[in-house]
Amino acid sequence: MRIISELKTTNSELFALRRNGGDRMFKQDQLEDLQREKKKWEDDLSKFLSETPERLPHFTTISDLEIKGLYTPDDIKDLDYIRDIGFPGVYPFTRGVQPSMYRGRLWTMRMFSGLGGPEETNQRFHYLLNHGETGLSIAFHYPTLMGYDSDSPMARGEVGKCGVAIDTLKDMEILFEGIPLDKVTTSMTINPPASILLAMYIVVAEKQGVSKKEIGGTIQNDMLKEFIAQKTFMLPPKPSLRIIVDTIEYCTKEVPRWNTISISGYHIREAGSTAVQELAFTLADGIAYVEAAMERGLDVDDFAPRLSFFFDSHIDFFEEIAKFRAARRIWAKIMRERFMAKKPRSWMLRFHTQTAGCSLTAQQPFNNVIRTAYEALAAVLGGTQSLHTNSLDETYAIPTEEAVTIALRTQQILAEETGVTNTIDPLAGSYFVEALTNQMEEKAWDYIRKIDEMGGMVKAIERGYPQMEIAEAAYRFQRQIDSKEKVIVGVNKYVTDHPPITIWRMRPEIEQRQLKRLQEVRSTRNNSKVKECLEEIRKASLNNENLMPHIINAVREYATIQEICDIWREVFGRYTDPGYF
Amino acid sequence: MERKVRILIAKPGLDGHDRGAKVIARGFRDAGFEVIYTGLHQTPEQIVAAAIQEDVDGIGLSILSGAHDYIFPEVIKLLKEKGAEDIVVFGGGIIPEEDIPALKQSGAKAIFIPGTPIEEAVKWVRENIKPRK
Repeated sequence: MRIISELKTTNSELFALRRNGGDRMFKQDQLEDLQREKKKWEDDLSKFLSETPERLPHFTTISDLEIKGLYTPDDIKDLDYIRDIGFPGVYPFTRGVQPSMYRGRLWTMRMFSGLGGPEETNQRFHYLLNHGETGLSIAFHYPTLMGYDSDSPMARGEVGKCGVAIDTLKDMEILFEGIPLDKVTTSMTINPPASILLAMYIVVAEKQGVSKKEIGGTIQNDMLKEFIAQKTFMLPPKPSLRIIVDTIEYCTKEVPRWNTISISGYHIREAGSTAVQELAFTLADGIAYVEAAMERGLDVDDFAPRLSFFFDSHIDFFEEIAKFRAARRIWAKIMRERFMAKKPRSWMLRFHTQTAGCSLTAQQPFNNVIRTAYEALAAVLGGTQSLHTNSLDETYAIPTEEAVTIALRTQQILAEETGVTNTIDPLAGSYFVEALTNQMEEKAWDYIRKIDEMGGMVKAIERGYPQMEIAEAAYRFQRQIDSKEKVIVGVNKYVTDHPPITIWRMRPEIEQRQLKRLQEVRSTRNNSKVKECLEEIRKASLNNENLMPHIINAVREYATIQEICDIWREVFGRYTDPGYF
Repeated sequence: MERKVRILIAKPGLDGHDRGAKVIARGFRDAGFEVIYTGLHQTPEQIVAAAIQEDVDGIGLSILSGAHDYIFPEVIKLLKEKGAEDIVVFGGGIIPEEDIPALKQSGAKAIFIPGTPIEEAVKWVRENIKPRK
């Protein structure tokens, strides 16, 4: 970090000088020559096209952004290198957040995993770590995600299917058996009950003799995008935000290496948004979290360095790279200029990437390996800090061991064979990539301004604005596929039959084992102690006291996830889907 | 004039993946069907109650969580119990092809997997679901 602050000093002086006029990359006379030559070329081109026309009337990205046939210095003539592109690890971080990027350390290879019960998932974790994975990422089953226990009537048919079943600390202990929590970082895709799962993780570490000061990882903890896109919601927006700020406040003091929110565009994109919408809505969510934490009285430079981001890497290669680069630049500006953050770390947008699940096809599933590889390449060229690559069989089920191995190997080939990690941000300076980065940024600002005018993201969500924008985009895209205006190989072009593939199946005895263990925990724990702890949570919920210490006490006594969430549902009420379509 | 076909698009269980359900709801509406969308997180009991109350001709279940083998038979069973077995049940989502015969056995009339064009589902509804008397 020393290097960053040194570079920053030099940079900020230059930055101040260049704020207004800007120091352009191309001289005026060079540009005039270029414009003249370009005009000549365009004349020649139109003659050429009159005989051999282009294949399509318009060339667009998957998000319908029109792309020109050629980009030249003219398209980036207002760009100031130091101000707009700069150096890696230096504001505005267009080229990346680390000074040495992948030459120093590769991205974390973090495969999103969860299947059946904690035993099966623990086995998968060991398997992946033994095969070169460098970080863990937990996929929970739906009941856990929604704050229900495995034996709830709401959990019928869902146990262990979409991820791992976790009901109590007991399950978390099994999940991390043989995995030292001071040696690995863990990301947890969990939202309404994020604070509870974090509490369980803290206690598992404690039992391993690892202090909460040492553990590292991420909880997704991003409720705004749940209302917008992923839809695992439980409480209304306001109490949801309050619990999120409790976790931020607690971790800032007590769990300093923990990423308190993973502000996520992934689900927004998977729900059908365009790349610009993903970018803009995610950053607007980020603004809302920063505002909420500052309202609590926290100093922006105390908590902002632990905010992290999560994006989709879709199939339109350059659009994605431009999106990642623009994201860093916009966030840096938001944090420095809007929230007046002082620390360079507060300005940095660090992000995890997942390749696009929605780009995969059930038809000819082996093609998914190729799609995922291109998407992973875009994420790496976009400067991601960690990466999940989807498996070829995920349009059918949780991946098999064989499929997940290919997905992990895809990252390893990228990292260690292709040479793309040798230099930092290799696409910088490409007329096209820089122009597209600018375009993504401008269009994202338009949305952010619009959301500001509505009174911020919470208000926008209450009006159904981002939800309807996404539904609109998703429908338009489906129509474009149906009309073959956009091609998906194996779905609307080059259609052939494919033999069925072997898929992972949940064994019914896993559910029985899970229910039995939950019963055993309930009958062997100190129930009067649990009751006391739950009562403390209820009081803290009503009194606006920070919930985290009380949650930690409750999970240590083996309170279940649902027992805690039921209190919140009672105290704060439930959020139900307005069903916009 | 014959009344329009009424379809209930339903999202059962805890699954939050509603992109497909919403796209198909719009597609059906644009095709001239009357569409009622339940919104997320509905139990089989709630879905059947809504179907009867709204007097629909068909129920389209969208499931991407893997719970299809429980949800489809449960909804069909409850419809029978309420004497509403003439409401046609179909659906789609992340459903392994090898599970489809068992779902059809249980009474689901069609299962659409990812990649199905809207028009294909519309055509199927036109041919297979008529306004109930």
